[in-house]
Amino acid sequence: MLNDMNEGKAKNKSGKIAVTSTGGSMDALVSEQFGRCQYFLIVDPETMKFEAVSNLGEQMQSGAGPKAAELIIGKGAAVLLTGHVGDKAEEALKRGGVKIINGLKGTVKIKDAINNYLSKKTEQ
Amino acid sequence: MIISVASGKGGTGKTTVAASLASVKDNCVYIDCDVEEPNGHLLLNPKIDFEEKVYKKLPQIDYNKCDFCGKCVEVCEFNALINLKFEIILFEEMCHWCGSCKYFCPAKAITDREKEIGVLRCGSVNEHLIFADGILKIGEISSVPLIKELKKKVIKEKINIIDSPPGTSCAMIESVKDSDFCILVTESTPFGLSDLKIAADVLNEIGIPFGVIINKYKPEFKEMENYLNDNMMDILLKIPFDRKIAEDYSKGILPVFNNNELKNAFAGLINNLKTTKVPEKTDV
Repeated sequence: MLNDMNEGKAKNKSGKIAVTSTGGSMDALVSEQFGRCQYFLIVDPETMKFEAVSNLGEQMQSGAGPKAAELIIGKGAAVLLTGHVGDKAEEALKRGGVKIINGLKGTVKIKDAINNYLSKKTEQ
Repeated sequence: MIISVASGKGGTGKTTVAASLASVKDNCVYIDCDVEEPNGHLLLNPKIDFEEKVYKKLPQIDYNKCDFCGKCVEVCEFNALINLKFEIILFEEMCHWCGSCKYFCPAKAITDREKEIGVLRCGSVNEHLIFADGILKIGEISSVPLIKELKKKVIKEKINIIDSPPGTSCAMIESVKDSDFCILVTESTPFGLSDLKIAADVLNEIGIPFGVIINKYKPEFKEMENYLNDNMMDILLKIPFDRKIAEDYSKGILPVFNNNELKNAFAGLINNLKTTKVPEKTDV
């Protein structure tokens, strides 16, 4: 459907991590939904400073996933931590150069999810 | 004249009614607008003479002109476009081609291109009955452009029977609009009644006169007739809940071919509509 030549054209220098969240703080629980989560926490792993962005897609009739992808790409996310990403959102995220880490459970706090990701990353 | 057959609830017998009407009278055109799952051809066995491809339009972005301002994304009601600042992604299946993106693009970077969404088939059942239906491609989000094309097969001088898709969404509205009369087919169940109410509301809203056929009729389900009487809606016909009709249907045989009483009832119905409704229109 789309021209694959452009895949990964976006370079994310910031290296920010986006996490789907049920609340606006690092102690909130992870949201397993991507397009229809309540908040995105955009975290700078260097400083652990974060920005909480509320997700308008929660109420959208359709197209919430791609819209959410557009939002976090616009915020400079290089990595996404979430439960599940739909097909259309996945396509948009790939084209925006965002690495998807999925399968997170809604019982995990945001800060633990990030620390877990960072510690695994350093192990590699 | 154009008579559409709609229902609200699926499986009430729209196609049986529409195909029966078209079969009992000469000089008819049967058009199956249920393009997501057309089945009129199973009952009518038409000979297909030709097929036409049907296209919908999609936006085409000229990246030599686009400056990624995001106006197209902002005006898209269907979230079919997203802006990555170095590329605008279009999700084709979500686009309804309203044309807003093209209209509002400040850089005039958007033109349109065509995409095949299905085929339209035309033929005839016999010398008295012309047949047309459409088949929407799997995965297409909207059947409306195909139904619009299909309705161009209406022949003004003939009796056109439009078989509408179930429900009360855009596809049903596109199918029934421009009808002189709509027949709502329901059944003697709470589901049939509930969806009939919604369909009746839609027809009242868009101003199409209608009457009701109760298929699989059971007199003990009194709520149906109470509702119809209370709202002064005409009952055109009651088709009994009859095993023989179901057995014939399962073999692809229309009930009118084995049941003279029903055949006469359908013929009477279409004659009544023809004589009462056409003069009304010319008066306006």
